[in-house]
Amino acid sequence: MNDSMDPKQSVLGGKSKDLSFETSEGDQEMGMFESTSTDELGLEYGSTLRLSEGIELDPNDMNFEISPDEKMIINMGPQHPSTHGVLRLMIELDGEIILRTKPVVGYLHTGMEKTAEGLTYLQGSTNVTRMDYLSPLHNELVFSLAAEQLIGIEVPDRASWIRMLMCELNRCSSHLMWMATNGMDLGSTSMMLYGFREREMILAFFEKVTGLRMNHNYIRPGGVSADLPDGWQDDVIAILETIPGRLDEYDELLTGQPIFRERVNGVGIITDSQAIALGATGPILRSTGVPWDLRRDMPYLHYEQVEFDVIVGSIGDVFDRYSVRFNEIRESLRIIAQVVEKMPEGDYRVQDKKVTPPPRMRIDESMEALIHHFKIFTEGYKVPEGEVYVAVESPRGELGCYMVSDGSAKPYRMHIRGPSFVNLQTLPVMLRGGAIADAIASISSVDPVMGEVDR
Amino acid sequence: MNEAEVLHVSRAEYLSTVSDLKSRGFAMCVDVTAVDYLTHPGRKLPEGITAERYEVVVGLLSLEERRRVRIRVQVPDEDPTIDTLFYLYPTSEALEREVYDLFGITFNNHPDMTRIVLPQEWEGHPLRKDYQVGAVPVQFKAVNGAE
Repeated sequence: MNDSMDPKQSVLGGKSKDLSFETSEGDQEMGMFESTSTDELGLEYGSTLRLSEGIELDPNDMNFEISPDEKMIINMGPQHPSTHGVLRLMIELDGEIILRTKPVVGYLHTGMEKTAEGLTYLQGSTNVTRMDYLSPLHNELVFSLAAEQLIGIEVPDRASWIRMLMCELNRCSSHLMWMATNGMDLGSTSMMLYGFREREMILAFFEKVTGLRMNHNYIRPGGVSADLPDGWQDDVIAILETIPGRLDEYDELLTGQPIFRERVNGVGIITDSQAIALGATGPILRSTGVPWDLRRDMPYLHYEQVEFDVIVGSIGDVFDRYSVRFNEIRESLRIIAQVVEKMPEGDYRVQDKKVTPPPRMRIDESMEALIHHFKIFTEGYKVPEGEVYVAVESPRGELGCYMVSDGSAKPYRMHIRGPSFVNLQTLPVMLRGGAIADAIASISSVDPVMGEVDR
Repeated sequence: MNEAEVLHVSRAEYLSTVSDLKSRGFAMCVDVTAVDYLTHPGRKLPEGITAERYEVVVGLLSLEERRRVRIRVQVPDEDPTIDTLFYLYPTSEALEREVYDLFGITFNNHPDMTRIVLPQEWEGHPLRKDYQVGAVPVQFKAVNGAE
């Protein structure tokens, strides 16, 4: 882009700026206060340009009194253990107090949206499942729902209920994983072990059903890849009987514990109007008291047929986000119990010859079935031209998929609206004015999954 | 599932339309993305809309009415610029940077128009259809003393 940035010149020149060039992200980094425009400063100071009173904030009115030599810009990450992957935050500090924050992302970018344009609809779910690796089934679900809406097929009832069962279990495992890492971030190492132990139960069930612990490629356009194994009810009931008791233990371990409460109460506050202006969804939005849950407000699958409560917080601090996630595990278990009861008999994938390969038995006896099978897995199936946006409630918020088809067997454009990516923008607001030690609690409470942020 | 209403607006009316929708209760901007229609065989557009190479797609959400609206704006190849939504919806900051990074569409008045997922010195915009996969060597930075 810029001639002076040519890597060869800079290296061969052997100048002292070589090292800073090698690690630099250039303009993507946080600049010095003096050389930053007021709009950008407002952004980094976390003013969302829309105060609760409805007054527009003029960045020129902001009062910056600290002299330049008392401030320091530090890097947190990309390798800091508490940044949940490769998140890099550049933080401007006045002593212990955070003034400005800028997330620098992209360290995990692998061009998955470009990759998706080269994969058929059948292969596509293998790609998307790797984005948010803590809730792979939600990624597959949103991709499949978008493809199905373009093709115009309706999946059988049982497939939808299986999808609900798996997604709610996935929400539990994702939130349990969050409880574990959050415990570790805040110094409660025992929570780390317990969280992983419970998550393991759910992953073992996933392995039994899908063959894999993560990145299942289980939910596919047209249904799911295999029926639930015999005796699945026993496994699910074992989960339903074990986890609530364990949750009560966590309640004792964390919720009522003074040291934990000291770390989370009143830390990283975000208001409802700020959360909406910043597009935050999921537990972050709900922790501010906005009862918005796509499962209830824009139901997909069969969520309108099950009973559950939308958990909301009150002031939007780290503790509220903790309680929202914690109680969502209980609500998910409630949904799972109803799904086990209501699970209908029937087919687990749509019997539309266009998208569903013939059964294995037929391939042995019929040449046409073999050709059909071969064509679906090599060429894929053609999807009518059109564009569609589908959103589901993932454990982190609104997970959307915008898909454009040109009538061929591969998506013309596949865009995933990752909740982590958008939620990350709430960090400057949460961190502003807090101590650097509290930053860990706030980052953890946003629950970003960097695979989804960078895609 | 609620199907979103789709609006086609011109670049000139883009900002005023969005600001009007915002005052009508669409409090949240959910998504800003773009599509490069270079190799698309042809899409259905309502009358009066000229198809251009790029299309910026914006998703708005009304929490009260539980309704979505999707805005599609045509952006020509020779002048890939469009106004920013940052001053209406601060959430569009990172999303617009992503579109700039991957499509090369510039957003006027955006406070920080830099690449977001790719390195600063990356050449080209990968999600454009004329950006071939595998045609460009991976640009790792040179190590001191190498070569």
